[in-house]
Amino acid sequence: MAECHPVGFQWVMEAKARGATVIHVDPRFTRTSAVADLHVPIRAGADIVFLGGIINYVLTQEKYFREYVLNYTNAATLLTENFADTEDLDGVFSGLDREHRAYDFEAWRYQGAEVSAAAGDRDRPDGNHGPAQREVRQAGRGEAHGSGGAAAHMNPDRDETLQHPRCVFQVLKRHFARYTPDLVEQVCGVPPEAFGRVCELITENSGPDRTTAFVYSVGWTQHTVGAQYIRTAAILQLLLGNIGRPGGGILALRGHASIQGSTDIPTLFDLLPGYLPTPHVHGNENLAAYVAAESTDKGFWAEMCAYTVSLLKAWWGEEATADNDFCYGYLPRLTGSHSTYETVVAQIEGRCQGYFLFGENPAVGSANGRMQRFGLAALDWLVVRDLVMIESATFWQNGPEIETGEMRTEDIGTEVFFLPAAAHTEKNGSFTNTQRMLQWHHEAVQPAGDARSDLWFAYHLGRRIRAKLASSSDEMDRPVLGLTWDYPVEGPLAEPSAEAVLAEVNGWDADGKPLSSYTQLKDDGSTACGCWIYCGVRADGVNQAARRKPGSEQSWVAPEWGWAWPSNRRILYNRASADPAGKPWSERKALVWWDADAGKWTGHDVPDFIADRAPSYRPPDDATGVAAISGIDPFILQADGKAWLFAPAGLVDGPLPAHYEPQESPFTNPLYRQQRNPVREIIRHPQNPLQPSGSELGSAVFPYVATTYRLTEHHTAGGMSRMLPYLSELQPEFFCEVSPELAAERGLANGGWATIITARAAIEARVLVTARIRPIEVQGRRLHQIGLPYHWGANGLSTGDSANDLAHLVLDPNVHIQEVKALACDIRPGRRPRGPAVRDLVRDYQRRAGITEHTGTEE
Amino acid sequence: MSVDPAARAGYPEHPPRMGFFTDTSVCIGCKACEVACKEWNAVPEDGLALSGMSYDNTVGLGASTWRHVAFIEQSIPVGPPSAAAEGVRWLMSSDVCKHCTESGCLDVCPTGALFRTEFGTVVVQDDVCNGCGYCVGACPFGVIARREEDGQAHKCTLCYDRLGAGMEPACAKACPTDSIQFGPLDELRERAALRVADLRAAGQDHAQLYLNDPDDGIGGGGAFFLLLDEPEVYGLPPDPVVTTRDLPGIWKHVGLAAAGLAAAGLALGLGRRK
Repeated sequence: MAECHPVGFQWVMEAKARGATVIHVDPRFTRTSAVADLHVPIRAGADIVFLGGIINYVLTQEKYFREYVLNYTNAATLLTENFADTEDLDGVFSGLDREHRAYDFEAWRYQGAEVSAAAGDRDRPDGNHGPAQREVRQAGRGEAHGSGGAAAHMNPDRDETLQHPRCVFQVLKRHFARYTPDLVEQVCGVPPEAFGRVCELITENSGPDRTTAFVYSVGWTQHTVGAQYIRTAAILQLLLGNIGRPGGGILALRGHASIQGSTDIPTLFDLLPGYLPTPHVHGNENLAAYVAAESTDKGFWAEMCAYTVSLLKAWWGEEATADNDFCYGYLPRLTGSHSTYETVVAQIEGRCQGYFLFGENPAVGSANGRMQRFGLAALDWLVVRDLVMIESATFWQNGPEIETGEMRTEDIGTEVFFLPAAAHTEKNGSFTNTQRMLQWHHEAVQPAGDARSDLWFAYHLGRRIRAKLASSSDEMDRPVLGLTWDYPVEGPLAEPSAEAVLAEVNGWDADGKPLSSYTQLKDDGSTACGCWIYCGVRADGVNQAARRKPGSEQSWVAPEWGWAWPSNRRILYNRASADPAGKPWSERKALVWWDADAGKWTGHDVPDFIADRAPSYRPPDDATGVAAISGIDPFILQADGKAWLFAPAGLVDGPLPAHYEPQESPFTNPLYRQQRNPVREIIRHPQNPLQPSGSELGSAVFPYVATTYRLTEHHTAGGMSRMLPYLSELQPEFFCEVSPELAAERGLANGGWATIITARAAIEARVLVTARIRPIEVQGRRLHQIGLPYHWGANGLSTGDSANDLAHLVLDPNVHIQEVKALACDIRPGRRPRGPAVRDLVRDYQRRAGITEHTGTEE
Repeated sequence: MSVDPAARAGYPEHPPRMGFFTDTSVCIGCKACEVACKEWNAVPEDGLALSGMSYDNTVGLGASTWRHVAFIEQSIPVGPPSAAAEGVRWLMSSDVCKHCTESGCLDVCPTGALFRTEFGTVVVQDDVCNGCGYCVGACPFGVIARREEDGQAHKCTLCYDRLGAGMEPACAKACPTDSIQFGPLDELRERAALRVADLRAAGQDHAQLYLNDPDDGIGGGGAFFLLLDEPEVYGLPPDPVVTTRDLPGIWKHVGLAAAGLAAAGLALGLGRRK
């Protein structure tokens, strides 16, 4: 965090100054480790065992927060007899279809209540299983379900004693029973003393009086089991009662500003604003079918129809009426997964002919850089909007494949349009941070020259396209022509008003008055709202995100700094900060509480609960929607009102996290026969050869593990830093970090050169020999890990090879993210060969490792 | 006895002496100070070479580097002594001009390009500097240097222009963890004394203040530091002395010698005349 978020890290330092203990678990010793109280080096790709070990400690030592767990999680909920765990099936859950690499979620559901379809079936109302259903699943509905939209029975059977063998609590206990300190040592390379210390520190600092927070970044997400890493942390935090309470939580630190915002109002193919799923072509035929399939019976997702209709009204205005399904038919449909990496294959195969890059540099920043560049080179046209001339705009001129002779400039047909973009200081807009807080920024200077904001570009492009189509009577053009594309423009550049966009996002009622809360949204077309969770950001017509009242002039919750969704709540699910009776768990950790006299919830934060719902309220059996939320259901967006220790739906690769080795690992999975995530997403392509692992023949050709990361001095793929002298001089070249032992083993000299090789590529880097990188003992073997900051490419002042060229495209199946945090590789002294010879070197490694098209695609 | 350098320089009425307290125990090595300094003062890029010295590619202070974050990697024992396991400690420290109470650079400057400000800081005016370079050898810390491109001497001004406008220096403003603290020197010294006591009580046996003592060889720094190890570890001289300390004595000897020579010459001349 100090390394990549130094400004945010000031709060960690302040907490430390007030007595907080800072623990840093990381394969590397970074600038964070330097100031942490405890640094625990870990093998890259082993975190589920580490966290699972803590879960096992919490369960066996009875350190869990029993009253919280019993009332606020699904610990007491019973599963059906059909559920079988990884412990029963040697590493897979019940419902696995090996042939199609997909799970049927039917066996993961709760027992009891009336029969209804499990998540995977919901957008297939006919309930048919088959290829279409798999496509839907592969379309990555995980993001939508992760927001709480996944189906579950609203009144499942429970065992309040937590003793029933099929209650979630007992299932959890059995599932993690083998995640012992011994296993942690074997798999993670963490000695029992260090592990025990972490267990003690975390559990001692959790409970009614204290809370512990987890902070993670892409070190957790960029794995073939990335989403399950976060799930493991979620289970642990729920057992300790650290969710919905001040000082608790699991905080995701993002790669750059407003990544949270880019999922709320998404740049993702499978989401509409506010985590509404993108409709699928094989279900969701009309609005009613879509809502029936995607909403829940209980809680606030039951109101999904109002959110959807209000969104359609925001986009198509007067044209959206009850008679035409509010233009629901205008929404694009998914036919499968259209994630970024699948799109790269589509580019290479000619199915994707045009591409826009908005502030993204895939030639450097995306995994398997060679495939990225082959994809770009196969396009008809490419629009690059960036601050500077990035490698993704110049691949045709100076890309590595030009040097190897695999591409010739004169053969590349891609027409590249480079359009300079305005920086954040040159435009109005908002950032949404990891706390879901929107902060408005104002234009400080007008963009120079031809540079324009993304808003300017999108608005004027749309305006011109609409002008060209104006006379069209083709039904296909109606969705574009019918859009409410009428934002006012300002100033000499005709910049669209960002405030006007915010007003649409916030929404208005039939009279055009700004809405103040999503609970006002209607499904009859009388309200419009561009993103239901942001409703209220412009309450009373005031830009609430632009508020900057100093912290010293308001309460410690600081509700008047910016605005947090939903409804300016600073801590989500904060009903959980009070006990079942509605009293704070402790004075020290009081946040919101039930005021019996006033008959409402009150407190420091905006209560995240129905304002007048008494803690004693229990819904009648036939209640639905918001009325079905009981007084002790803090997780009001979950279908059962409880936090999920066991996820009956929402994840495509298992209801509980299980340790699988990374796609490419020098080690065999000691827990299960199943080596890798059985439903991981494999991009099969000749440019994506995979390596053998563990005991497989040829695995020893790649004996080391590389992990990629960022440095403070540079920004992601370098577009914002490698062109700047003041940053480039601080880290002027690509380097790798190795331990003194590995340097001795491979003849690497500090300041010299090394070549790092995988089945995809060979790259060179300067060598930094440092004791900060320590070899660790894993399964009785000494493992060397190699650090690879990934910022570099050919352009700019600070240049070098791209670490991402080494990476494969085998992805987390939930969110389609690449695995660049644990890559088996080899390293040797000296620079890489020049020209075509570098490919000969890679082919030699492929041959020695016996790599075929099937390698790495089995278990 | 604390000297008031601004008063000594002839400011009858002046603001309190301002300075830096750099608490290296909370430095996270982000180098925001280096970048902010260069941005504000328009200091040029200072070379694009990988040093191989940990994350320190700045290497040292100079004409085009007025803040420098040092990165020192140390092997330290971890766990019980019997375990003999080696851990690592990574020290980071942002170095800067010390704005000495007794400033050698100022003493030797023949043109008046270097001067003492009303804030007690030491500033070089590049439009007055004639590039003689006397100041370069006179600095006990190797802070001030001549820039190849213009031949003139440059160093930290403690953002004299910002101070005049009531703003804090750019580096202190940019520091996210308050490792660089700016303020009246008296207050900073009090704060630093408390901080070092806290760290020592917490078991940081080598925590120490550097250049905070008005009785040291430079009369105390206008910029001083809290270090977690000996100054040498950070590449800082352990007991710096203003290079002009002995100058009055030297001049006395020179004067005597000159007088003696003159007398001798006179005697000779007289003799010759005779």
